Order: sequence, then structure tokens, then C-alpha cells
Amino acid sequence: MSVFLLKRFATFLATLAVASVLVFAVLDVLPGNVAQVILGDTATPESIAALEKKLGLDRSVLVRYTDWVGGLLRGQTAQSYSYDTPTATLIAERLQVKLPLALMAMMFTVLIGITLGIFAAARQNRAGDVGVMALSQLGIAVPSFWFAILLILLFAVKLQWVSAGGFPGWSPDDGGGLGPGLLALLLPAVALAAVQAAVLARWTRSSVLETLREDYVRTARAKGLSRRAVLWKHVLRNAMIPVLTILGLQFAFLISGTVVVENVFVLPGIGRLVFQAIANRDLVVVRDVVLLLVAMVVVVNFVVDVLYAAVDPRLKASDA
Amino acid sequence: MSAVLSVPAPSGGFVARALRHPSFAIGAVLTLLLLAAAALSLVWSPYPPAELDIPNKLQAASAAHWFGTDSLGRDIASQLLVGARASILVGVFAVLIGFSIGTALGLLASARGGWVEEAVMRLSDFTFAFPALLSAILLGAIYGPGLVTGIVAIGVFNIPVFARVTRGAANAIWSREYVLAARAAGKNRWHITWDHVVPNIASALIVQATNQFATAIIAEAALSYLGLGTQPPMPSWGRMLNEAQTQMFQAPMLAVYPGMAIVLAVLGLNLMGDGLRDLLDPKLARKR
Repeated sequence: MSVFLLKRFATFLATLAVASVLVFAVLDVLPGNVAQVILGDTATPESIAALEKKLGLDRSVLVRYTDWVGGLLRGQTAQSYSYDTPTATLIAERLQVKLPLALMAMMFTVLIGITLGIFAAARQNRAGDVGVMALSQLGIAVPSFWFAILLILLFAVKLQWVSAGGFPGWSPDDGGGLGPGLLALLLPAVALAAVQAAVLARWTRSSVLETLREDYVRTARAKGLSRRAVLWKHVLRNAMIPVLTILGLQFAFLISGTVVVENVFVLPGIGRLVFQAIANRDLVVVRDVVLLLVAMVVVVNFVVDVLYAAVDPRLKASDA
Repeated sequence: MSAVLSVPAPSGGFVARALRHPSFAIGAVLTLLLLAAAALSLVWSPYPPAELDIPNKLQAASAAHWFGTDSLGRDIASQLLVGARASILVGVFAVLIGFSIGTALGLLASARGGWVEEAVMRLSDFTFAFPALLSAILLGAIYGPGLVTGIVAIGVFNIPVFARVTRGAANAIWSREYVLAARAAGKNRWHITWDHVVPNIASALIVQATNQFATAIIAEAALSYLGLGTQPPMPSWGRMLNEAQTQMFQAPMLAVYPGMAIVLAVLGLNLMGDGLRDLLDPKLARKR
């Protein structure tokens, strides 16, 4: 493994560790008496004492933190206060919606964004380029949750092709299945992808144009290769390196973006779980969900670093 | 050579050039409209935005109610006007938090280099793992949702953005000959930062501040939509969308107007930011 990747792996582990300390501090230490926060101002001293015991708040901060992290590493999480179920079980159920949604949205983002970016770059300053750039400028200004509402207005209210929200489940026994499940995630994924694709199209265009100005591209053209052949054989591979970084950032944004769009489409994902947990003051669930989402962002960034090193051999050899 | 000669030299003062720049001109008009709407709402709105008028609920657009009324009979136009205040308030303070702390950290990292720079950049990487929404969830769970929660959550996420931009731009200035000359003349690093670095990176920071303002407006709307941002009775575009969603079959336009307001405000700031970048950095404008 290169020094670059070793350094990135160390940063990855350190970020996760610091994030866990921060999340723990904010939700378990800063509020003062967590049991009081959960039960509210009207709670009796007896009920507060009982909840403190149930949550293990009578132990020291260090013991509570190491118990929490140790439990997470072993897959044994605390009981949710409002659901009386381990948070891992609750989160695992919700991830069955969130992860496919994020992946579908990312797939659409890549397909639409990179295609439009290359299309625009190949037609720089012509009508196609101007049109794509105007569309992407508009797309960047549209909040994904509002675009989601517009999609519901069009396809559920006006055309009545799909339902306005909800998720039938992945199992035919529950009245769902793979087809109905994917169909329920289609509009949410499009809503998330449309905005991200607008951003990606701009980056892809500028990266392709930047690469087209390189000397080796001029040499390839001078050798007699057609513009199209140069674009596909030489330009795209190199232009995609900076685009990869943007994709990593976009996936991180999608992870939190899905939380909002899940709410628009009333999907039983992580978003609804965490907002219900906030309403119920179920800090145990909030703590584990926030750490999970942060971990997902950090993991995606690490994977991008690894891919970056794979496609750009200069990084493998460097100490960057 | 011919390519350089073919680019006309910028003529006229900054204002004259700005007015001729289409992106900047359109963006500036939209941004002025946003500011004017917020300013106007301080002294006048067609109706008090929180005034309930149940007999006139879900009215279509008319001379009396330009954009109609919502499910409680509140005037949509008045709510849109007053809602602009929440967007601007959150945008200004979130950018101020990010700008002040992020720029200071970026300048410090660039001036000191070494482990200080490494520490600041790792801190930035770490903060990127906490999108505004996650910070708002954390803060909202403890202190309850609200305008301040939204401002802090978005502001904290702006810190690493400004830190990175400042450090990148400042590092480029530190390698210039005139900085070397200033160092040779015995100026210390803080004087150089203040006298040479800050004035030369100001334009990049202004452009970034404009873009972050736009991002903050979208983030505020999302947080308010989720109930984590601006709370009643203060109107906000995000919460208007949330309330409109329950009436989509009866009054679909209720879900259109607040979204249009957000898009126009964000589009204006983004276009103005693009225009400013071209106007303040003519070399970049020629490359584009």
C-alpha cells in the first residue's frame, strides 16, 4: 500500500474516532441530565432516576463512551427509548430504503451529469453547450426537495401515474416486491439526481475542456486522430480524475439529501426515523443515526481517495 | 499571441463593465429584488402574514390576494415577502460565521505552514463529514429546532469551505515575488498577511461568500421544511412548502410559489457570483 493510502487510512480512522467523541459529547454530555432532556420538564425525580439507571447514566462518562463504541464495534447497540428495540435493528430496517435510494440517485447523477457534461464540452460555445449550461445553472438553484414536490404534483396529482408517496416493501409477502419497490424509489431518486447532475455536468464540461487544452491532445490531433477519437481515447480518462472527487462529495451530499427527500415521499428511511426520534427525544437513536451518517460520508471520502490513487498513478508513488 | 490580442481589453469602470456583464446584471437584479422584498416587508405587506382568515381559505390568485391564500386563509404574497427575511437572516449570519472563522483559519494555515496548516486542513476535512443537516439534527435534538439552530448548523459547515478557499488562494500569494521581497525587507508574516495576502484574495472570498449565501438559502429552506429551522409564527419559504404539501390535491399552486421564490433568490446569487468572478478575475473570464 502506498504512503498516500496509508496516510488517508490513518486520517479515515482518526476522523471516525473524533466524530464518535463529538457526537457522544453533544448528545450525552452537553445536555447535562440526559434523562431530564428525554422526559421533559414535567418528569418526576423518581422517573428521572429510573431512566438514568436504564440508560446507564449512573456510570462515568468514559465508561459510557467505551461501552457505546465497543457495543457498536460488536454490533450490540443500545435500546431505543421510544421503540424499546436495539437501534441497530431499527437502522438496518431503514437502510433497506435509504441505501438503494442513494445508489439509484447516484447512478442517475452519473448517467445524466457526465453525458451532458461531455455533450456540452464537445460543442463548446454552440447552442447545445449554452443550452446545457443554462439548464444546469437553473438545476443548481432548485432545491431537491422542491423538485421532489413538483414531481409529485406532475406524476401523482396531475397524471395520477404513481402514488404521492409511501413504500410497499421489498417482499411480495408484504404486498411489495422488487418491481413495486424500485418504482416507489424512482421519483425520489430522480429528484435527488436532477440537482446533483446539474452540478456534475458543469464540472465534467470544465474538466474535459481543460484536458482538451493539454499538449498531448494537440499531439494526438496532429498525428491525424479525429476529434471524436481523441475525446474518447485520451481526454475522457484524464478528465474523469477531478470528476471523481466531485462524485465523492456528491455521494456524501446524497447521503444527507436522501433524509430530506425521504420525508417528501413519506419513505420509511433513516430520515423519518431520526425526525421521529427528535420528536420523541429519543437521543439514543439520534446519536447512533448521526454517527452512522457521518461514518457513511467518511467511508465514501476514503473510497474516493483509494479510487483516486487507482486512476492517477502519480499519487501512488507520491507522499502527498 | 493572436488569441491574446483578439480579447478586447476591459473598458470603462467596474460598474460600467458589471452592467454589461449579462450574468452579473441578471443576478444583481434578482438579488436586489430579494433584498427589496425583505426590506419592504419590514414596513409593509398586503396583510399581516400570520393573520388567519378561515372563511377565505385556499383562495385562488386574485386582486385581493395576489397568490391566493393557504389552508388557514393566510395571504401567500405576504408570507413570501416576510419569508425573504428568514432566508436573508440565515444567509447573512451563516456566511459571517463561516467567513470570519474559516478565513482566519485559512490565513493562519497559509502563514504558518507545517503542522499548523496540516491541523487546520484535517479539521476542515473533519467538519465536512458533518453536513448542515446532521449538525441541525444534533443541535435540534438537544436545544430544540429554531432559527439559531439553522444559522449555527449552516455556519459551521461554511467554516471549512472558507478555510480551504482562503488557504488555497493565500498559498498562491505567498509564492509571489513581491511577498518574497517583503519578507526580505524584514516584514513579519502577520504584516505580510494583512498588507499583501488579504487584499489579493479578497475577490476570491467575495465570490465564495456570494455562492455560500445561495447555498445557505437552500439549506435554510430544507431545514425549515423538515421543521428544524425557522419556527412559527415567523414565515419561511421552506415551512410554506411543508404546509403546502398537505394541500397538494386541493391547491397545487401553494407548493409552487415558495419554491419559485427560493429558485429566483438562489439563481440571482449564483449568477451574481459567476459574474463577479469574471469581473474580478479577467484572466479566468478569458479562459472560460
